[in-house]
Amino acid sequence: MSAVLSFRRLGALLAKEFTQMRRDRVTFAMMLGVPLTQLLLFGFAINNDPKGLPAAIVTTSHDQYSRAMISALELTGYYRFTHVTDSAAEAEDLITRGDVAFVVTIPSDFGVRVERGEAPRILVEADATDPAAASGAIGTLGTVAGEALLRATGREADAEAEAARRLEVVVHRRYNPEGISQFNIVPGLLGVILQMTMVMMTSMALTRERERGTLETLLAMPVSPTEVMLAKILPYLAVGAAQVTLVLGAARWIFGVPFVGAMSVLLGAIFVFVLALVLLGYAISSFARSQMQAMQLTFFFFLPSILLSGFMFPFRGMPPWAQAFGEILPLTHFNRIIRAVMLKGADLRGVGGEMLVLALFVLIYAAIALARYRRTLD
Amino acid sequence: MGEAVIDVRHLTKRFGGRTVVDDVSMRVNRGEIVGFLGPNGSGKTTTIRMMCGLLTLDAGEGRVLGFDLATETAAIKAEVGYMTQRFSLYEDLSIEENLRLVAGLYALPCPRETVAATLGGLGLTSRRRQLAGALSGGWKQRLALAACVMHGPKLLLLDEPTAGVDPKARREFWDEIHRLAAGGMTVLVSTHYMDEAERCHRISYIAYGRLIAEGTVAEVIEGAGLHTFVVSGPGLDAVARRLRAAPGVDQVAAFGVTLHVVGRDRAALEAALAAAGPGLAIAPAETSLEDVFIQFMGAATDNMG
Repeated sequence: MSAVLSFRRLGALLAKEFTQMRRDRVTFAMMLGVPLTQLLLFGFAINNDPKGLPAAIVTTSHDQYSRAMISALELTGYYRFTHVTDSAAEAEDLITRGDVAFVVTIPSDFGVRVERGEAPRILVEADATDPAAASGAIGTLGTVAGEALLRATGREADAEAEAARRLEVVVHRRYNPEGISQFNIVPGLLGVILQMTMVMMTSMALTRERERGTLETLLAMPVSPTEVMLAKILPYLAVGAAQVTLVLGAARWIFGVPFVGAMSVLLGAIFVFVLALVLLGYAISSFARSQMQAMQLTFFFFLPSILLSGFMFPFRGMPPWAQAFGEILPLTHFNRIIRAVMLKGADLRGVGGEMLVLALFVLIYAAIALARYRRTLD
Repeated sequence: MGEAVIDVRHLTKRFGGRTVVDDVSMRVNRGEIVGFLGPNGSGKTTTIRMMCGLLTLDAGEGRVLGFDLATETAAIKAEVGYMTQRFSLYEDLSIEENLRLVAGLYALPCPRETVAATLGGLGLTSRRRQLAGALSGGWKQRLALAACVMHGPKLLLLDEPTAGVDPKARREFWDEIHRLAAGGMTVLVSTHYMDEAERCHRISYIAYGRLIAEGTVAEVIEGAGLHTFVVSGPGLDAVARRLRAAPGVDQVAAFGVTLHVVGRDRAALEAALAAAGPGLAIAPAETSLEDVFIQFMGAATDNMG
């Protein structure tokens, strides 16, 4: 009579959940609105390798060496000289105010020292309050400046000879040779969007019933915990599927993110990940007393996920304890899988370990959720 | 004695350190309508929730419909209809969708027909697509009752079903309860209203978690051992003030142009009345259920210290 799972009862509960979801227009709009806005904002706005940054040049001499240096810097694409001045004080003012990100100072004896064969020097001051913004531009400096000078003095032949003596280092920027941020961000966004919407919505699911008093009626009827949980979770799997379609479609057709791996592997990973998320949300909703608390708990989980999962900042760049913390977040593992599959073409063998970790999260969250669910109102 | 539908003994429930229900025993026979009375926060809702398996017992034991309260709550839930104090069907579902959900959860054999018949019985067929949240208080109450009897429960637990409902709707509601009881359903209904208590076969009075009195209305009134006099005449305000201070007088309440004076000790009461003032008409009257309950509440507060 009270079997663990009756499809009649589950069907009745599912019909109810879908009807309620359809009626709740704000939530419904959010399910598709959140991925869309995040995609557009993050996808178009974020750039980890900014170019064309405003720069000022301080120089008193306008000889060929200075000009060669300036045009060489401009050619890297990182510098856009917006101010030319002969006053160090004015340049200082510009960088303090934030009008420019760089001040390049070419001393007045620059040309003379080059011609005499002494060691010429230029000073590049970077606004490094945001290290990421400055690093690309600084990184190009050494080689660019040296080569420009050699060209200007007509000693390119020497340069080649010089190069031949040096150790040759070959760098291949693999999987994303042009260093396009979106190739990294858009796949990562799928996990972030799913994490945010899935956990939040399912965490509200039970608490809403508790707040409105409907849980009492539900519990007074012969339903099993498994039925209630499945009915709360299945609709959100459908929502997740819609979001996945949206994001993957945008990745393909709007952002042109390459997809070199197998779709089936990715979909499998997404399914396990979403399952973990909705179960986490459900577990949260069995702890939270109100929808407000559910929301707070969701964000308590969401912030570390977005910061420590390797979505925003390089995972390997974090101190060991932060990496250890990142490992217990499902999003970390999902980000590794999706980037590996989409950009590197990893197969099931390559991401199997990460998949198992995700599956482990599913088991843990399901156990918590079922253990915490009570048939009573105690 | 008939067949016991509710037979619970020493029910106890604590929340935190507070004992909300304290050693309550109760027996309700098949086909009976039993009124469950008591002031706010006296433990009525908690007791009812324990009886339908919504709360675990901290102490005590019992059987509802022959099923054990501790181990067979699933079986109890299938055969009990429980109507909550607050409207707790889904306000964002239509009337019909709510009934369909209930029909589905009880796995009724012909859900479509049952829902249609229920809608017809309520007179809501034409409004079946309206959201339940848009119904007035009286209609919500009728819908909630219809939803919890749809699966033909043997026991109906109603928690203050008529709070905030107008007198006509209340009258119809009680007619329906009596019809259901005549059909063999057993009903336990909590209420604040004295007129509703009088429509029950028996009543149980609970205060501060303890069961204080039970029996028919007449038995409860008689058991209280109160004596009541009606006083009328000039200057009743001053008379009331004097009587309240007098020994032997437990309650003085103004009813229109008369005073109801109640006390346990008849001799002391008569003495107090004789000294109350000149020119007063004093006549013995029947003690009402309300007088008895006010007395109980006063006594229970004293016990709480």
